[in-house]
Amino acid sequence: MVNLDPKGQPNAGQPKAAPQGLHEARKAVFPRQIDGKFRRLKWAIMAFCLAVYYITPWLRWHRGPYSPDQAVLIDLAHRRFYMFSIEIWPQEFYFVAGLLIMAGIGLFLITSAVGRAWCGYACPQTVWTDLFQHVDRWIDGDRNAQFRLAKQPWNVEKITKRLSKWTVYLLISFSTGGAWILYFADAPTLFGDFFAGKAASIAYSTVFVLTCTTLWLGAFMREQVCIYMCPWPRVQSAMLDEKSLIVTYKDWRGEPRGKKAAPGAAPLGDCVDCGLCTAVCPTGIDIREGPQLGCITCALCIDACDQVMVKTGRPRGLIDYATLEDAEREKAGQPATAHAKLIWHPRTLVYLGVWSAIGLGLLFMLGTRQHISVAVSKDRNPPYMLLSAGEVRNAYAVRWKNMEGRPRKMELSLDGVPGAKMWAEDMPMASASGKIIRIVPADSTDPVRVYVLAPPTTTGEHKVTFTLRALDADGGSVSYAARFDAPEAQP
Amino acid sequence: MANKRIDEPTGTETMGHEWDGIEELNTPLPGWWLWTFYACIIFAIAYCVVYPSWPGMKEGSHGVFGWTSRGQLAQEMAAAKADRQVTLDAIAATSLEDLPANKDLMAKAVEGGKAAFKVNCVPCHGSGAAGSKGYPNLNDNDWLWGGSLTDIHTTLLHGIRQPGDAATRMSAMPAFGRDGMLQPAAVADVVSYVRSLSGLEPASAASQRGNAVFAANCVACHGPDAKGGRMFGAPNLADKIWLYGSTREDVTETVTNAHAGVMPAWGGRLDPVTIKMLAVYVHSLGGGEKFAQPAPAGAAPAPAGAASGATNGQP
Repeated sequence: MVNLDPKGQPNAGQPKAAPQGLHEARKAVFPRQIDGKFRRLKWAIMAFCLAVYYITPWLRWHRGPYSPDQAVLIDLAHRRFYMFSIEIWPQEFYFVAGLLIMAGIGLFLITSAVGRAWCGYACPQTVWTDLFQHVDRWIDGDRNAQFRLAKQPWNVEKITKRLSKWTVYLLISFSTGGAWILYFADAPTLFGDFFAGKAASIAYSTVFVLTCTTLWLGAFMREQVCIYMCPWPRVQSAMLDEKSLIVTYKDWRGEPRGKKAAPGAAPLGDCVDCGLCTAVCPTGIDIREGPQLGCITCALCIDACDQVMVKTGRPRGLIDYATLEDAEREKAGQPATAHAKLIWHPRTLVYLGVWSAIGLGLLFMLGTRQHISVAVSKDRNPPYMLLSAGEVRNAYAVRWKNMEGRPRKMELSLDGVPGAKMWAEDMPMASASGKIIRIVPADSTDPVRVYVLAPPTTTGEHKVTFTLRALDADGGSVSYAARFDAPEAQP
Repeated sequence: MANKRIDEPTGTETMGHEWDGIEELNTPLPGWWLWTFYACIIFAIAYCVVYPSWPGMKEGSHGVFGWTSRGQLAQEMAAAKADRQVTLDAIAATSLEDLPANKDLMAKAVEGGKAAFKVNCVPCHGSGAAGSKGYPNLNDNDWLWGGSLTDIHTTLLHGIRQPGDAATRMSAMPAFGRDGMLQPAAVADVVSYVRSLSGLEPASAASQRGNAVFAANCVACHGPDAKGGRMFGAPNLADKIWLYGSTREDVTETVTNAHAGVMPAWGGRLDPVTIKMLAVYVHSLGGGEKFAQPAPAGAAPAPAGAASGATNGQP
């Protein structure tokens, strides 16, 4: 159980140490409100991310009368994935796999270019924690008020504030979980059904589970997710090197820190030891201790320190984004490199190359993919059939796929057996000819049993190719290799 | 018990006993563990009360709700049957002629027929319905008694040569050789003739003689052009399909001793819906004839044909 009460912190100052526990109890973090350019960037990114998450399911995209008109829809029941003008069928799921690989390499790319920017700005855990911490400040007041409230006994004020805070927490969590399910069904219908009690039970259980996890991760776990649970910071710490942008406290400029130099002592550095950088940190670390795992590089301490530097009439950037290499250079008195220059180093370019290659590959495949498809499965029992007049008949289960939102006229033909004729199960044998023409319904797979008839003299095994061709203006054709069996040739 | 004290290095209370200077620390199990354990005990007792669990000399305890795994199976089977019942009712309510028009119901009927076929028909007709010697292949377009839906349905319902079923498919080929109706030489001649019809052997003097024998003895059922007759379940002798084999020995055996294959009348054994589904399935195997019953050439009335065959066959 996580204790939000600062009284629960192990008191390091006590001389007689308590027996060492197996894990460190959480130190509650009450980050202080701060303003500055990075805070404003964080607001913008948060607003953008939340807007994308909540608005996307409501966007409409007209696809004609046969397909849903939701712009982004993961239709599990019908096994379709819609994203604006793109429609993915299950067998094309490699597009989604490709997107996931791009997302993974994209993370590497971002880490290589700008350090842990994903952690600091765009990670859902960061965005939602930021949101919850803002709720704390909105209801309980800023850092000091939160401290006071945590310590104070359970009186009317505390109960009221806690109740309202948890109500807001719950509302945020519920809308987080609630918006999730809208990606999996028609949003307006599901929204209505959900509150009318008519939605599927899986909708309610999904919302319940996601509400609970959001509440748990946003209200209780917060920075502990980044420090203890998430593997990404560990991977990143292996990826960061002396060329990576990290939030750096320029100790050669700041130290020795202090408010006022003791008479006769050496002059103090720029750090006035106001502690504001620690107070604003959402993960509760002290950046002046150097680069550390807990730093998600949200840069709020840069905003805080710059404010103080401006107030005390010192140059900005005592805490700033810098690479370790650059820090060394600056320490030696050389001028710092511009941030824009730091981003472009060989590793970034390699990641960018790989990322773009996959992206272009996917786009190429998307542009050239067929919207029709055919699959043929031969009957193996019996492998062939002799008819009354001695002709040889093979039967095939042919699946005609029309992946477009309109019915299409298609033609199936066959190569590889001289004189072969074919007919579909719902046609009389007398109508057999060299090809079958059917209208395949919109956005569907039409399973049709097809019979192929070869002249009586046909013997042995034949390799055959079925070709499905769309007969409308858009055209397109696909083939499928199969075999045709006939009796062994008599010697 | 009185020597409880706090152990200095660990800060934990001891149990208060000592053997040769060895003491035990009191580190109780965590509360959540204990409560889980107690809950498990309560669950186990409740389980023994609710479910059959205690063995007895004759039978075990029954549990308060009388649950049995056999009963649960019966319940699940009943539920599955109820699920299917909607489809079965729909098939029962649709006439055989109207069924093919309802594509969805038709597909379900074919699947149901396929399952019933595997259970009831496979022993004779084979799992792919391809038959074997003496057992007709149901995939081809050669039908003894008719290949339309209604024909197949009638065959299924009443069987072939089933005593006790008035509507059964009934016919008998005489054992021409065994009963002395034809001398062995005449049998050999007619075998030559019949085999020459489908090109199995070239026309010869024997087949010429056989033609006359055929005209005198066989046309009544097999027709003047030897294309068979469905009224009697008489096979087409001019095609490539030979139910009892096409070698000289096979055909001689057939002419000498005759064959009369039988098939059970499923009407008394299976429910009407299953028979309907079986008919649809067999019809769907590729040889099924049009749903509206066509006029098959093979079922041409015998008299005119017999006459022409006779003139044809006179030497």
